[in-house]
Amino acid sequence: MAEAVAPMPRSLRLRVVMGVLSLLSVGGIVVALASFAYGRQAAREAYDRLLVGAANDIAEAIAVIDGAPVVDLPVSAFDLLALAPDDRISYSVRGPGGALLTGYDQPIPGSISAAGQGFFDSTFGGERARFVTVPRRFAERDFSGTLLVTVGQTLNARNAMALGLTRDALVVAGLAGLALLGFALWVIDRAMRPLSEIARDLASRDPHDLTPMDTAVPAEMAVMVGAMNGFMRRLERQITSMRNLISDTAHQLRTPVAALRVQAELAAEEPDPAKARQMLDRIAGRSRSLGDLLDQMLSRALVIHRTDSARRAALDLRDIALEVIEMRDHELVAPGREVVLEICDAPVMVLADELSLSEAAKNLLGNALRHGAGRVRVGAGIEAGQAVLWVADAGPGPDPATLARIGQRFERNAASRGQSAGLGLSIARAVADAFGGQLVLEPGADGFRVALTLPLAEEVA
Amino acid sequence: MRLILHLMLIALLWTGSAAAQSSQGATPEAVAQFGPTDAPTLLLRSTTDIAVLAPAIEAFVAVHPGVAVTYEQWGSNALYDRARAECMAGGGVTDALFSSAVDQLVELVNLGCAQPHRSAATATLPAARRWRDELWGLTREPAVIIYNTRLVPPEDVPTSRFDLLDLLRRADQRYAGRVATYDVEASGLGYLFAFVDSLEATTFGALLEGFGRSGAIATCCSAEIIQGVSQGRYLVAYNVLGSYADSAAAPDVARIWPSDYTLVLSRGYMIPRAAAHPVAAAALLDFLLSTQGQAILAASGLVAQDGAAQVGTHDTNTRPIRIAPALLVARDAQKRAQFIRRWRETFPNGEGG
Repeated sequence: MAEAVAPMPRSLRLRVVMGVLSLLSVGGIVVALASFAYGRQAAREAYDRLLVGAANDIAEAIAVIDGAPVVDLPVSAFDLLALAPDDRISYSVRGPGGALLTGYDQPIPGSISAAGQGFFDSTFGGERARFVTVPRRFAERDFSGTLLVTVGQTLNARNAMALGLTRDALVVAGLAGLALLGFALWVIDRAMRPLSEIARDLASRDPHDLTPMDTAVPAEMAVMVGAMNGFMRRLERQITSMRNLISDTAHQLRTPVAALRVQAELAAEEPDPAKARQMLDRIAGRSRSLGDLLDQMLSRALVIHRTDSARRAALDLRDIALEVIEMRDHELVAPGREVVLEICDAPVMVLADELSLSEAAKNLLGNALRHGAGRVRVGAGIEAGQAVLWVADAGPGPDPATLARIGQRFERNAASRGQSAGLGLSIARAVADAFGGQLVLEPGADGFRVALTLPLAEEVA
Repeated sequence: MRLILHLMLIALLWTGSAAAQSSQGATPEAVAQFGPTDAPTLLLRSTTDIAVLAPAIEAFVAVHPGVAVTYEQWGSNALYDRARAECMAGGGVTDALFSSAVDQLVELVNLGCAQPHRSAATATLPAARRWRDELWGLTREPAVIIYNTRLVPPEDVPTSRFDLLDLLRRADQRYAGRVATYDVEASGLGYLFAFVDSLEATTFGALLEGFGRSGAIATCCSAEIIQGVSQGRYLVAYNVLGSYADSAAAPDVARIWPSDYTLVLSRGYMIPRAAAHPVAAAALLDFLLSTQGQAILAASGLVAQDGAAQVGTHDTNTRPIRIAPALLVARDAQKRAQFIRRWRETFPNGEGG
């Protein structure tokens, strides 16, 4: 048992861990993409400001001398750009007609030269680069117009910064992921603990121990534990009834079998053939009632077994009553006795097991024939909202003392006499209990009635 | 020495053949061949005199027997024009450039004409002496003040630019017309020094004014200036490359590292993008940066030490000329035109030599 149970919690844990891992890795990929996008954005903004600063620096250094713009290129602009130490620098100052005043002849996109300013991406010396153009406007007596200052730089520092930011973000995210993973493992372990405790409990349980398990478990597992407990309850009931059956059988058969043996020995030694004949008749009668007793005990065991295991079906109690009479067993047991069927017109539906109900009805009828008097009536109907299957005879019924202990499982007196009224009633009571009803014994003016009342089932197809 | 003469002979033959195929008419000033004739040949174009760099190149081909080096000596502007033309055409025969005009090399790198190289040797360079792992400063050469030790009395020796200003403003006119410096139009190096001076301190404006008032001489070449000071034609010269004053073996010439600040130049080394032998070019770079290479360069006077036993050296305040995009400003056409205009106002008579 332990070998069969052990792999289960591990694989479940593995599945949950794999789920958490894939969740975390999807999250990690998202974080990586987001941080790379963020890093690029941040690097672009930072170095774009640098470009703008340098371009403005150069624009400020333009003066109009003798009617012509002159650029006194400031070193500070290049020192500013040198904050990206390994990037190449392109710069140009263009006059109103787009003519190059100084710097490199780097073409400016038409949209930028039309707008007079803006950022653009291009290449510089075979390398991708980022450019900015800023305007410088002059309205002097001897010179008027707009100069365009363009400054560009290759992307090494930007890329390095973006990668650096991404790397830092990923390191943090990775550490957080590891922490989350550790925490998740701890949580999973805690959540799984009741399961392994149940497994351990089951594994270490004595095979004969069918007591319910501790139900102080999480709600999800309570269902399972409840089902298991129900299963064990049924198992225990069956084992108990089996044990009872065995001990009952032992008790009830020992006396009649002993009596039979004694009578058979006496008959064998009886020299008088007439007496011997008489004794043989008695032995035959005894063995017949012993057979009845055996039938009943088996039927009781069957009923108890079935009430736990058989599926419940919608049944009409009238069919049960009809069937009992039509089997005509009573003509064998008590030839000549009058048996009447009294059923109503409406169906009397219950949820029960057909075989158990007919066994109960058969036993009640048998009791009435053996122990009752006069005409026997068998009926089914609805009384006070309950479905009732009943058997009545015209006699007074058992005396109150017998009535008080009747229907118990084990009645030594009845058995020792070779009679079995108690056993039959106990079968009927067991059936009533199994299907949520009860057995009612009613001594009345016009006879004694035994009724099996069951809850009425809703009409189901 | 016999080896050098032999090389010179080859150089002359080479020059003759090279001149015929040169489309731009510009030819190297001198050519030398190092190493085996049958090995792959690295073409190094440099502004440095062959004699100065020959020991280092000989040591290189000794360490790398599978490589030969063709050394072409160019003027800095011609070197730049050739390199830029090759880069723009997308091809080229040059495997390595070694130039004192680092502003030109910065511009070539900025135009995307260089290819990167990273090694343990380049990683040891300070940030001021490399850019983008495409341009490296191999030497340390101060811009010094030189003077004639015979004719300048000890109390007149200028140890800083302020002292030099005082000399130029002297009432006795003793130094009028006897102070020399580079002509920024004729000398790329002079322009670079003067430009960086103009960024470093306001002293530069006062110096220009002093030069103008005292009739100072602006001339083209290091050799001429040093020779002039040695012979007593000039008493003092400003912003002379210390390594030349060293190697020119001039008598009666002493050098001063100006105490207010001393510019220190690193000659730039660059591997063109279209180099045919980039691995050999990188190997030469790593060799020149190695302990052995630096020792040889130091012996040639190209790697000066702070506070070393220089004549008249103070505990100087050195300012390396940073190999950085800011040098692009020096290359700007308008900026250069303005600077030269300002210079011309001081030296209206044009080239003095």
